[in-house]
Amino acid sequence: MIFAVLVPLLIACFIPALSKLKEKIHTGIFVFFVPFIIFLYFVQFVGSDFSPILEQYSWIPSLGINFDFYLDGLSLLFVLLISGIGTLVVLYSIYYLDKSERLGHFYVYLLMFMSAMLGVVLSDNLFVLYTFWELTSISSFLLIGYWHFKERSRYGALKSMLITVLGGLSMLGGFILLYVVTGTTSIQQMINQVDVILSSNYLPLILGFILLGAFTKSAQFPFHIWLPDAMEAPTPVSAYLHSATMVKAGIFLVARFSPIFSSYEWFFIIVSVAGIITLCWGSYMSVRQTDLKAILAFSTISQLGMIMAMLGFGTTAAVFAAVFHILNHATFKGSLFMVAGIVDHETGTRDIRKLGGLATFMPITATLAIFATFSMAGVPLPFLNGFYSKELFFEASIHLEDPSFWSQAIPYLAVLGSIFTFVYSMYFFFGTFTGKKNLGQLPKKPHEAPFGMLVSPILLVLGVILIGLFPNMVNAPFLQHAAEAINSNAEFHKVKFWHGWNSPALWMSLIVVALGATLFLTRSKWQGVYRLLPGKVSFNKVYDAIVANVDTVSQAITKYYMTGSLKTYMSLILGTTLIVSFVFMFISDGFAINTNQLADISFIEIAVVMVMIAAAIGTIYMNHNVAAVLVLGVVGFGVAILFVIYRAPDIALTQLVIETVSVALFLLCFYHLPKLRKSTDSAKTKAMNAIISIGFGTLITLVAISAHSSRWFESISDYFVENSYKLGGGDNIVNVILVDMRGLDTLFEIAVLGIAALAIVGLIKNKNNKGAE
Amino acid sequence: MEIITSILAGVLFATAIYNILQKQLLRIVIGTALLSHGAHILILTMGRLKTGQPPVLTEGISDYTDPLPQALILTSIVISFGVTSLLLVLAYRTTKENNTDNMEQLRGNENE
Repeated sequence: MIFAVLVPLLIACFIPALSKLKEKIHTGIFVFFVPFIIFLYFVQFVGSDFSPILEQYSWIPSLGINFDFYLDGLSLLFVLLISGIGTLVVLYSIYYLDKSERLGHFYVYLLMFMSAMLGVVLSDNLFVLYTFWELTSISSFLLIGYWHFKERSRYGALKSMLITVLGGLSMLGGFILLYVVTGTTSIQQMINQVDVILSSNYLPLILGFILLGAFTKSAQFPFHIWLPDAMEAPTPVSAYLHSATMVKAGIFLVARFSPIFSSYEWFFIIVSVAGIITLCWGSYMSVRQTDLKAILAFSTISQLGMIMAMLGFGTTAAVFAAVFHILNHATFKGSLFMVAGIVDHETGTRDIRKLGGLATFMPITATLAIFATFSMAGVPLPFLNGFYSKELFFEASIHLEDPSFWSQAIPYLAVLGSIFTFVYSMYFFFGTFTGKKNLGQLPKKPHEAPFGMLVSPILLVLGVILIGLFPNMVNAPFLQHAAEAINSNAEFHKVKFWHGWNSPALWMSLIVVALGATLFLTRSKWQGVYRLLPGKVSFNKVYDAIVANVDTVSQAITKYYMTGSLKTYMSLILGTTLIVSFVFMFISDGFAINTNQLADISFIEIAVVMVMIAAAIGTIYMNHNVAAVLVLGVVGFGVAILFVIYRAPDIALTQLVIETVSVALFLLCFYHLPKLRKSTDSAKTKAMNAIISIGFGTLITLVAISAHSSRWFESISDYFVENSYKLGGGDNIVNVILVDMRGLDTLFEIAVLGIAALAIVGLIKNKNNKGAE
Repeated sequence: MEIITSILAGVLFATAIYNILQKQLLRIVIGTALLSHGAHILILTMGRLKTGQPPVLTEGISDYTDPLPQALILTSIVISFGVTSLLLVLAYRTTKENNTDNMEQLRGNENE
């Protein structure tokens, strides 16, 4: 199986070379065999005696991250959809994309996506699943932005990227929590530990994070907004990614984790509510669209909502219906996208207001469209697969496990959503293929598509009809296993066209058809409702506002504090330090005053300290250069005297020498520098500076006193005193420490002086002209 | 006495920071010089003041002041001297190049 997953990536490496031949052979022809072979490989697993297969390949064993591929019924369903529809889409794209396009790029992205998608559905390891998941986001981003010279393409690509990656990252959070709770990275082993997960305190977080990932990927309300904008992609991409595969990744995820969460009541509530709302909103909004692909995009949203809702119901019948509809939706939606692409390709527009009466020019396309749209609408005809799954959906919505108020409402909402589904399906077909012919408005003269382009939709529509005629054909060997993977109690389900007049689902279908037809025919009369709802409410506006505001707000914040003024930065740093230090000292009760071990106070010390304090404060008020230097010198010499008093001869000596040199240096500089001036700051700034500096001085004093009062262990200096002569051979302990015990400090202090000297020389000697950078 | 020197260190820090928050370049250099004085006093205080003889071995005396903080201060004095002199020359060059010693006017390019 690992080859099946990685072969598209391997082939993708050769595509750039092969695409050089595109004038002779369309690159898509090489690509075509890849999904086809994968499809054939996986078809062999179909059969009623299928049992899951696990293949393991080591990747990062120390972290428990390995390529574990698990093929059960659910994965098999998706794998066949991905490779099967992939084959048809590649075939279609050979005729759709002209040789003048950048074919190499297109097929590399498409193969990358195929690999990623196969990886998502086959991975048993959470983190490998996540890796492939993000790869689908990236390759989808590249495919949506394929025509990158179009502004709308770039906008759509960025939007889908931001939204799906947001969900992907949140999903990663959920996965990590799951891993923390269960201690395993394998999904199957987690399913065996359902009790552990369900009793975990993190359960709501896990569920929320993972569902956010699934909902953003599967375009559930209100994260559906990226899907209509993703329609800027080439039509084969829309057909493949945004109808059959990628948008079902979220569905797959929910289905995959159903065995874990389905007994948790919030799973039912969140998933089915989100699904039903998406179903209704998507189908309602679809009627309003004028672009063929936009209609299909909202239709996809609404159908995904329906599948999601069924997974939320979680009953055996609902799960089977969901699986059945995944298959059905892929067949009719894939073919509809291809039909829309053909119409676009042959007439030059997708605007339904300009189209009409195309059935006479494109009889085959129109025939395909009628089957697909009627199947999508769920019209009760025995050769349309959409009807069966819709009826199963109605069945499931009536027979919910816990009859609460909300569950009572679900069947009505389901019917409501389906009515609009009927309306837009009819609108799609009749608006495009019947009615007035506006040949004058069309950019091209319409004619039937080349046969090669029709092959893929024909095959898909044949699928629609075959499943419609023999709905149980794929059940036992195929769908049943998928349903069992989601809900192990799923019993064999026989799908029938006719349930008799007693069946409520039939009546629901009939209501849908009757009301839907009425609404469709009177469409022009009630279209005004869209001015009321959504009216001005638009989730796109919310998204745009968020994106724009993130920019402006962060810019404003940065501009607010990054003023370029050193003083502001100093104030911010010091002020923050002050607040944090004081708060923590109060919280931790850090102040302590212990007067036991203090030295005596003598008059001379007090006198020196007073002079120094006076001089230090004086530096602030001195507005004459020499006076300021002298006052600073007083402080320095005061320090030296203190060193003398406190029996530190070496540092007293050093301090005296250095202070003298410093004063001389200051005087030298002052000769060249402008005179000191009186501060021109406002009273407010002065007060602010005073508060910060006094606060900081107080902090230092308090910290010093507290630190001195709580001495936890004795000094290590006894060692130096004892060994100064013995080991160092010197009487002056300080000097022995400097050159012997801790000589490394001294070495680098010399280095500091040397570097400073070099820098000073450089600053004085190198007089580049101003502006020479 | 330690409390008094702690207060002295606090005053030195406060005045240093007040100077650093000024606009004129020279005041900032003065502020850094004061700051290093404050730090040295602080190190000295933390090593306990005056509990014995100067740390030079003499016959018959076993009680010395703590030599370690003194070694640290000695290192620090030299380093702060190097930094202060560099700062002074830097201030000198900056003023010469830009014709101002007002920090509010030294803001670099708009697009940096």
